[in-house]
Amino acid sequence: MSMVSACPACAAAPLAHQVAHSQMPPDIVLSLPQVHCAACIGTVERALNALPDVDSARVNLSLKRVAIHGDLARIDAAIGALHDAGFEAHPLDTALIEGQHDAAGHALLVRLAVAGFAMMNVMLFSVAVWSGATDATRALFHLISAAISMPAVLYCGQPFFSNAWRALRVGALNMDVPISLAILMAAGMSLFEVLHGGHHAYFDAALSLTFFLLIGRYLDHRTRSAVQSAAKELAALEVHTAQRITPDGALQSVPVDSLCVGARVLIPTGVRVPVDGVLDSAQARADRSFLTGESAAVTLVRGASVQAGEVNTGAPFEITATAVGQDTTLRRVAHLVAQAENSRTSYTTLADRAARIYAPAVHLLALIAFFVWVWIDGDVRHALNVAVAVLIITCPCALGLAVPAVATAAVSRLYGAGFLVKSGTALERLAEVDLAVFDKTGTLTQQASARSFDALTPAEISIAGALAQATAHPVATALLTALPPHTPAPLHGITEVAGCGMQGQIDGQTVRLGSGAWLGAGFDGTGLQIGAQPPVHLPLHDVPRAGAAETLAWLGRNGLPPQLLSGDNAAAVARFSTQLELTQYQSGISAEEKHAYLDALQTRGHRVLMVGDGLNDTASLALAHASVAPSSALDASRNAADVVMLGDDLAAFPLLIVVARAMVKLSRQNFAIALCYNLVAVPVALLGYATPLIAAIAMSASSITVLINAMRVKYVK
Amino acid sequence: MNVLLILIPVSIILGAAGLAAFLWTLKSSQYDDPKGAAMRILLDEDDAPRE
Repeated sequence: MSMVSACPACAAAPLAHQVAHSQMPPDIVLSLPQVHCAACIGTVERALNALPDVDSARVNLSLKRVAIHGDLARIDAAIGALHDAGFEAHPLDTALIEGQHDAAGHALLVRLAVAGFAMMNVMLFSVAVWSGATDATRALFHLISAAISMPAVLYCGQPFFSNAWRALRVGALNMDVPISLAILMAAGMSLFEVLHGGHHAYFDAALSLTFFLLIGRYLDHRTRSAVQSAAKELAALEVHTAQRITPDGALQSVPVDSLCVGARVLIPTGVRVPVDGVLDSAQARADRSFLTGESAAVTLVRGASVQAGEVNTGAPFEITATAVGQDTTLRRVAHLVAQAENSRTSYTTLADRAARIYAPAVHLLALIAFFVWVWIDGDVRHALNVAVAVLIITCPCALGLAVPAVATAAVSRLYGAGFLVKSGTALERLAEVDLAVFDKTGTLTQQASARSFDALTPAEISIAGALAQATAHPVATALLTALPPHTPAPLHGITEVAGCGMQGQIDGQTVRLGSGAWLGAGFDGTGLQIGAQPPVHLPLHDVPRAGAAETLAWLGRNGLPPQLLSGDNAAAVARFSTQLELTQYQSGISAEEKHAYLDALQTRGHRVLMVGDGLNDTASLALAHASVAPSSALDASRNAADVVMLGDDLAAFPLLIVVARAMVKLSRQNFAIALCYNLVAVPVALLGYATPLIAAIAMSASSITVLINAMRVKYVK
Repeated sequence: MNVLLILIPVSIILGAAGLAAFLWTLKSSQYDDPKGAAMRILLDEDDAPRE
């Protein structure tokens, strides 16, 4: 606690102090990719609250973040404390996070609540009127309904009104124009009727339209905002401070923004490189998986280029900056992602296309009804009533539900099968793809599983575990995750032999974990040697995911010829492709080349499905017509993808395509159903026989039919 | 029919109370972290802000 107080009574006061804090934006926000349960929340908050400079720390499990109030200078201490507690933490730029506060979602929820409250009350009065309330009672009920509905409609309908106005101002029509017109005309006409002693009021229709359409709008908003954050997440992940080497050789901690080209920067072990640069030290090891998606760390020699985002996995090294800020490769990728996301928002959904035909037709019909009735009996009030009834009955309630209802059912079906569908239009786009492009490492493959280590004795496993956990080398990390559960052996004198491996002592014997060449063994890759015994090979090769071959074959048969684009070397990609009977593959491809290749395919008219997991795939995932990422992917890739695959098994993949195609088919059927219902109900309205009761019944009947039809997506195979 | 004069205000007030309760939960950011809120109930220690 940074607050110092001389008064003992003030010890109780921090509560007020805390309340004030919770209203303020946090000083530090850290991303915690691993936090997932109640125990994690407790551990993280305890670890942070134990720090002297932290006033309060609160984990947000939904966002996998922790917000800290306290002294900004202590950010390293916070990350260190979390590291000791076993959590990986990355600082996020608080300025960028601020913009993500969901004000629009809150506003929609408030309107939804008000509309729901008003609808229920008005419905009570409407039911009374329909069951036969007359005279003074009916007039009273109508007046109360009017008093509740008018403000409610004007307040809750604003999202539709403003959208409709925006479209009208540029001379266009969207679904919001008939919606706004129906809501406003129904409320306005009913008010006029009530004030002039009329028998029919459509207040309940106006409010239930608003309520149901607001639900659709809110769900739409939720799916949309989940997708928007990919580029922001990338930018927020960047490092904020760097160790600059001053001309006289001293170290200086400076903000990354203040670095310029030519500055010399020291990169400590385990830290991300802040800028693009050239290596000044004789040798360095860096983990490039952030950029290339390939797991093995690369060894660099003096003069090699180093890119922002790489992690130093060896000894500290020095670089001279060659590109800073917006010019770094990391920023350029983030920029590509942002561009691709913008271009995708211009996708016209099935519902939008329907609205383009539907909106003008409805208005024309209502207008014709009005003029025909004026011409028949000259009664403007009656003609207006008929026109309003036509507008209410044709109001796209069923039409508005036609796509979202099927989409919701399809998304929940897919969730059960291990797919997280993040974008509302993703399934529509998935149904349209005609080409599938896969990344290799991490997407079609996964790290060797525990069964590769069945031959090891428990003693060997515990020694390997103890040696592996003593270093941050990526091969050791991979080995640790692949090893079966074990208690690390009590080794002493553990040392790292740079570029070779780890060695330690147990019971007077030397144990070594490292490259085969170092151990004097006849294999490549990692091995374990105990004393003078022959070294044991610990294979860490990636293996194809279960069901990969079957899925690729299925895609080929079903109009989605698969291709492989990998950043890995040519030999590995060729061997892997032969194993999976893939004929089209390319190797050694960078993030920008992938993006360009996909762009070229799409300009030639192909609609590409991209499946990938690394940062090198992020831009391509965002660009592709539809995209899927495995759950093991980077946060940024998962955010850029439309669908996240939760299981390790690829065998379920065909179901995703099947359900997406069924969804589009059923949505079309739903449009047909809504149209049939309009064909029956509209003539009734046109002839002037529609009453508020008939409108309410017809509206719910059509909506329920559409909903029931939508449920069929749960049973497609 | 005089009973209506009591029942109508009662139904409206009850509805308004529900609405007010919902708006309060929204305003006090109880929907910001639904997953976390579900998990926090499993924590042993008191979740009150640190004193």
